[in-house]
Amino acid sequence: MTESFYMIMALLRKEMLTIFKDPSSRALLIVPPIIQAFLFGYVATFDLKEVNYAFNDRCHCEASRELRAEINGSGFFVEKPVSGGNSMDSYIDAMNREEILVIVSVDENFEKKVKNRGDAKVQVLLDGRNSTTAGTAGGYLSQIVSRFSEKKGFMNAPFSLEYRPLYNLNSITRWNILPALIATLSLIQVIMLSALSVARERERGTFEQLLVTPLTQMQILAGKAIPPIIVGLGQSSFILLVALFWFKVPFSGNILSLYFGLLLFTCACVGYGLSISAFAANMQQAMLYAFVLLVPLALLSGLMTPIANMPDVWQYMTWLNPLRYAIDFARRVYLEGAAIPELWYDLLPLALISMITLSFAGWMFRHHVV
Amino acid sequence: MRGFLRRLRALTVKEFRQLFRDRSNLLLGIGLPIILIFIFGYGITFDITGIKLGVVNMSGSEISRKLTSGVSGAPIFRVIRYTGVQEAEQDFVNQKIEGYLVFRNDFEREYRKGNGKIQFMMDGKDPNRAQTAYMYLTSALGGAISKDPGTPRVGITAETRMWFNQPASSTWYIVPGLVVLIMTLVGTFLTALVMAREYERGTLEAIFVSPVRPVEIIIGKIIPYFCVGILGFALCLLAARELFDVPIRCSILLLSLVSMLYLVVALAIGLLISAVTRNQFVASQLSVLVTFLPCIMLSGFIFDLRNTPEVILYIGHLLPSTYYMETLKTLFLAGDVHSVILKNSLILTLYAVGFTGITMMITRKRLD
Repeated sequence: MTESFYMIMALLRKEMLTIFKDPSSRALLIVPPIIQAFLFGYVATFDLKEVNYAFNDRCHCEASRELRAEINGSGFFVEKPVSGGNSMDSYIDAMNREEILVIVSVDENFEKKVKNRGDAKVQVLLDGRNSTTAGTAGGYLSQIVSRFSEKKGFMNAPFSLEYRPLYNLNSITRWNILPALIATLSLIQVIMLSALSVARERERGTFEQLLVTPLTQMQILAGKAIPPIIVGLGQSSFILLVALFWFKVPFSGNILSLYFGLLLFTCACVGYGLSISAFAANMQQAMLYAFVLLVPLALLSGLMTPIANMPDVWQYMTWLNPLRYAIDFARRVYLEGAAIPELWYDLLPLALISMITLSFAGWMFRHHVV
Repeated sequence: MRGFLRRLRALTVKEFRQLFRDRSNLLLGIGLPIILIFIFGYGITFDITGIKLGVVNMSGSEISRKLTSGVSGAPIFRVIRYTGVQEAEQDFVNQKIEGYLVFRNDFEREYRKGNGKIQFMMDGKDPNRAQTAYMYLTSALGGAISKDPGTPRVGITAETRMWFNQPASSTWYIVPGLVVLIMTLVGTFLTALVMAREYERGTLEAIFVSPVRPVEIIIGKIIPYFCVGILGFALCLLAARELFDVPIRCSILLLSLVSMLYLVVALAIGLLISAVTRNQFVASQLSVLVTFLPCIMLSGFIFDLRNTPEVILYIGHLLPSTYYMETLKTLFLAGDVHSVILKNSLILTLYAVGFTGITMMITRKRLD
């Protein structure tokens, strides 16, 4: 037993050295996840910051001036002067040049309609080149206009909607993305690292040497799997720290539960990575296969769009995707404080994927397909 | 000059052979674009649909029934009815529904007084989804009673029109972004990988000692991958037009010219990465890190850079893909807006010249 332990330790030491010996590859495993966590934490938001808009006032009346003040006072919309004078044409030119996102326009008889309790319309023109931003801006404007309508003495509907968001009370999109990044950012490098570790040895012919040592298949598997698992968990920890202490996303769950899920997830990733190397004749092929696998794994994971929004066929395919479970798990533990027994539907598939892929990879060490 | 062309032809032929010999290259060059087209065209949408919403109607009045049917009539919601709050809560906790509405016992009485209250609970993990649900709910509820006599007409209303993207479909802005992603991946990743392999194995030295010049080596390397990139571009364009009905409101010639320009930039970045690292492992990690996620996250593909803090906006504008992204969205959806295209093309040209120049300097230095 102790002998077997020392054998694995020796192999582990060698594997860790190949990963961390070269300063540039060492830096590549540590720096990028941290930088990415910062950048993506800031960029991954659908919350509007400030929207440049133009107010095309053809009424020049009290009502239009008040509406304009209301919009400017909302804090979301900033009026931006455009070149070429105050005409609809020059506003549209400015929109084409992406200088403004919205044109709000009221026509000549706006005042009269407001006074006579008529059907007063405010035209809102949105730049749909990013329809998500435009849709949100449009929604805010509708709310501002209906508030204005109330203010001008129009009666409101006889009911009101009392909205209470649960789990993310401040409605910050960043809170949704950061727990997901904890898993996503480590996925990429863990898969590449494990896919390369065997492929590199095969390319150089040293893998055969490893196979003739007294190490058993299980021991080689452990030696190949543990270093990327450590790297992955380390990367996840960096991102977790950024989420906790820089973005101050409050952690509601148990840290050990989170790490338990992440461990299973990283095992599944390593399983995929090592399995890829069975199909690759050299490093270049291993990289390409890993990459072609990575892209759908990262995109069809619920990171950016909920899986429930995808067509059924795609939803079934995501059952094979470890990241899908990890993201759900991380969000539920991080944001909702869920405990492990509640999350069996994430953990069980991760355990299954890990078992299947890792045993396949171990078997493949001797039964190489290429 | 004749010698130049002869040597270049020989090199290009060699590179093409090398490219075709390995199936994995074609998997990335052709397979990956097809996978991406399907993922982004069919799998990913930012249009919010199918919100599973519970309705607890404890009031049982005509008005609450009318409001409920108004909500279930909105295509964005899938309504599940409950008789008690507990059941709805249970399903909510088990994630069977994403939110629920509650009409209390006294809803009708309060409604007649003009202040009926409907409680709306929603999972806020995805605030964008919750916010959209809220907005659609308001308009569905308002619409349900708008024809009732005695309901006040809502006075001043906003009439919204989505310019450039009338159906407000996210596919329309995703597909141009997809072109950018594919060109970046094929251009940078594939080139970096292949070149780094040559450096690592020392096969480049073999070419260096032959009479070819560094410029010829680089051009010879670029041409086959340039063709692969153009193939990916053509596939995307075809898919945009035939599968996704995304309008292409610009001249195809202009679109192709800008794309070729960007492809040169992407290839040059790949060459630069491999020339600097000279190591397959580092080159592959580095090229994935600078292409895949930044292209998706930082170039304005999915997340609008206008909503990010100033610093991130500037960092995003360090990436050549940001300029290409801006240009493509404008070209596809708005048409030939010359001021945008000219500015961005100029910047891309500078990047192309800069990256190629640095790469050639490094290659030459290593040769000495």
